[in-house]
Amino acid sequence: MSGGSVVRPYGDTTGDGMVQVSFTLPVPHDKRAEGAAVQLAAKMGIDPAMVVHAKQMGDGYTFFVVYGRVNHLVDLSAVRVVERDFPLLSAREVNTVVKQRLRRKLSVVGACIGTDAHTVGIDAILNVKGIAGEKGLEYYRELTVTNLGAQVSVPELVAAARRERADAVLVSQVVTQRDAHLHNTREMSAAFREAVPAGRRPLLIVGGPRFDESMAAELGVDRIFGRGTTPGEVASYLVHALVTGRGAAR
Amino acid sequence: MGKLDLDPVVVARARELARRVGQPVVDLARSHTTVSVERAVLRLAGVAGADPDGIPWVNRLVDAVVADVGLGHGVAVPVFDALAREGLADVTVLAQKAAAGSVRFALPSGKAATAARRASRKAVAAGVRRIDRRRAERDRLVRRFGDPARRPWIYLIVATGDIYEDIPQAQAAARAGADVIAVIRSTGQSLLDYVPEGATREGFAGTYATQENFRLMRAALDESSRELGRYVRLTNYASGLCMPEMAALAGLERLDMMLNDSMYGILFRDINPVRTFVDQRFSRQVHARAGIVINTGEDNYLTTADAVDEAHTVTVSQLLNEFFAHEAGLADWQLGLGHAFEINPDVPESLRLELAHALLARELFPDAPLKWMPPTKHMTGDVFRGNLLDGFFNLVGAMTGQGILLVGMMTEAVVTPWLSDRDIALQNVRYVLGAAGGLHEDFVPAPGGFVQQRAQRVLGEAVELLERIGERSLLTAIAEGTFGIMRRPADRGKGLDGVAAHEADYYNPATEILERPA
Repeated sequence: MSGGSVVRPYGDTTGDGMVQVSFTLPVPHDKRAEGAAVQLAAKMGIDPAMVVHAKQMGDGYTFFVVYGRVNHLVDLSAVRVVERDFPLLSAREVNTVVKQRLRRKLSVVGACIGTDAHTVGIDAILNVKGIAGEKGLEYYRELTVTNLGAQVSVPELVAAARRERADAVLVSQVVTQRDAHLHNTREMSAAFREAVPAGRRPLLIVGGPRFDESMAAELGVDRIFGRGTTPGEVASYLVHALVTGRGAAR
Repeated sequence: MGKLDLDPVVVARARELARRVGQPVVDLARSHTTVSVERAVLRLAGVAGADPDGIPWVNRLVDAVVADVGLGHGVAVPVFDALAREGLADVTVLAQKAAAGSVRFALPSGKAATAARRASRKAVAAGVRRIDRRRAERDRLVRRFGDPARRPWIYLIVATGDIYEDIPQAQAAARAGADVIAVIRSTGQSLLDYVPEGATREGFAGTYATQENFRLMRAALDESSRELGRYVRLTNYASGLCMPEMAALAGLERLDMMLNDSMYGILFRDINPVRTFVDQRFSRQVHARAGIVINTGEDNYLTTADAVDEAHTVTVSQLLNEFFAHEAGLADWQLGLGHAFEINPDVPESLRLELAHALLARELFPDAPLKWMPPTKHMTGDVFRGNLLDGFFNLVGAMTGQGILLVGMMTEAVVTPWLSDRDIALQNVRYVLGAAGGLHEDFVPAPGGFVQQRAQRVLGEAVELLERIGERSLLTAIAEGTFGIMRRPADRGKGLDGVAAHEADYYNPATEILERPA
């Protein structure tokens, strides 16, 4: 590995730039179709491109697998991502901090809003069962968790957050057709802004596999969690944002 | 038979316990009605179409009747009494007048009541005869075009949101080898308390189930059946708040299979348990009559609960689904009991555990066309690993003689399947069935070995759970989160306001016809 900040894809030799892509073109399989696949690959920066597999599907479509050398470079110093800006705590540490510093249970209300019926994400974070061997927030003694489940309307969510005196509201969105996850999130954050005075608004967190983690401000929420987030990360963030971090006095 | 050396006494005990747990729920269903049951009755009696806002006339009519006389008497008698008083011949016209507020409903007595009962029964009987004709038509087409050459039948999902996009996709899928096409419904349709009308082109992650969409797709698949020389089956969903109406429309439009689980709506859609059980019983009676194969949803429990620890809840649910289905008149060949390949692949011996569970279902329900569902929970977005996992899923399906195989997609949890995803998935199925389709003949687990022991243990745990449920009641067990971890009390959930206990004079001509041996 070189110390430089410029890298290229790695096949089996540093700097070889090799990538593999697959795609379908709406043409029957013949010589011209393979030529078209090579042309597309070239426009993607893959040159030379090898069409290693081509298979016609139905009447007028062909599936391609292409290997080749990509001539683009990646400048690591120009990559912008949301890095974790809070310390990762164990369940015991979370409980201790909440007990000693907040001196009451921290209330969390979670739901899948809109028509989204996929509770996989919210359940993975909230249910005792958790995910990947890590227990969900229900397991944390000092957290009170209310999981409203699927297809909860925004007014229902706001009412539940009030009733449970929620410190934080967690919303999971899996369905992304027609950007439903973005619309739903904006609707939710707007409803909380309208219904609750700024100082008393619960922390708003959304999660789902297709969110861009840097869009929090644009969507009016405090934090976005993407694919692969664990309950421990969420719990640690809650403690950071509500108990220990700067501006935690909400 | 007998690959698992299951103790017949334990098997009989499991069925007896399922009966004991299920019977109070059946009694509950027999003594209640719902707005959707009554709307289904009116659909069978010929009420069709919707108002200019898209609200079906059956909804307008039931709402008008309920406003005047309540739900507990059933709507058939008040509706046909009003029809006679108004001197009308067409129930849809009555619905339109009722919606405009120009008809009052009453509870007739004496001769008027008898006449209204007779008239409603005659109208509903005509609807049931239409279902009978569609069933006879299916039998004829299956004879003409033939069934798929082998089991399991290959079940593929289409879900574009636009029925006119779905049709070419479904026909392409049939050409590529699908024996059963399922049109996934738009997200959220299960919570609509009405059935949308007409051909639809706008849906979220699926296409609205409407009578017209059913008709269009069935006609397209009849065309494909003719072209391919095998009868291609069509599936939709009798679930959610309109379960009974979906069943009626499916029968009228000759759908062949319907997703219809006894508890799915309660657990996953937070639909009121009583509403669900009442709707479910009526919908299953209609399915029985229409010759439709139901698909139950046990696979879903394993998407929220652990597939090893909670394997026995699948068995319990299958036994309950079987009991409810038999009680509603469905025959074994109509029971597509569900189960799934959802064990975490990182668990040691996960494939052997899957084999044990799949074979247990096969042996417990030897005459049911089991519905084998692919991995979803442990599909990570690594499409290469996903394709391998789907291959193992297909292999277990072949080794354990499953009836209906829902084709797994390596892009599960990534995108709605692309054309190429479907092609790769079908290639996977064809390879496994081609290479090992007859392996169930040779696959006999070692006596006393891992697979036998595991299956016997799961059955034992299922019996224990049924015993525990039986000590209280099924509704209590559901309220406490026994299935799929969700807690669903009987006095909560969506659709409860559309449930009523039968009054002494409750009359439902459809139930009367469906409960009489055909």
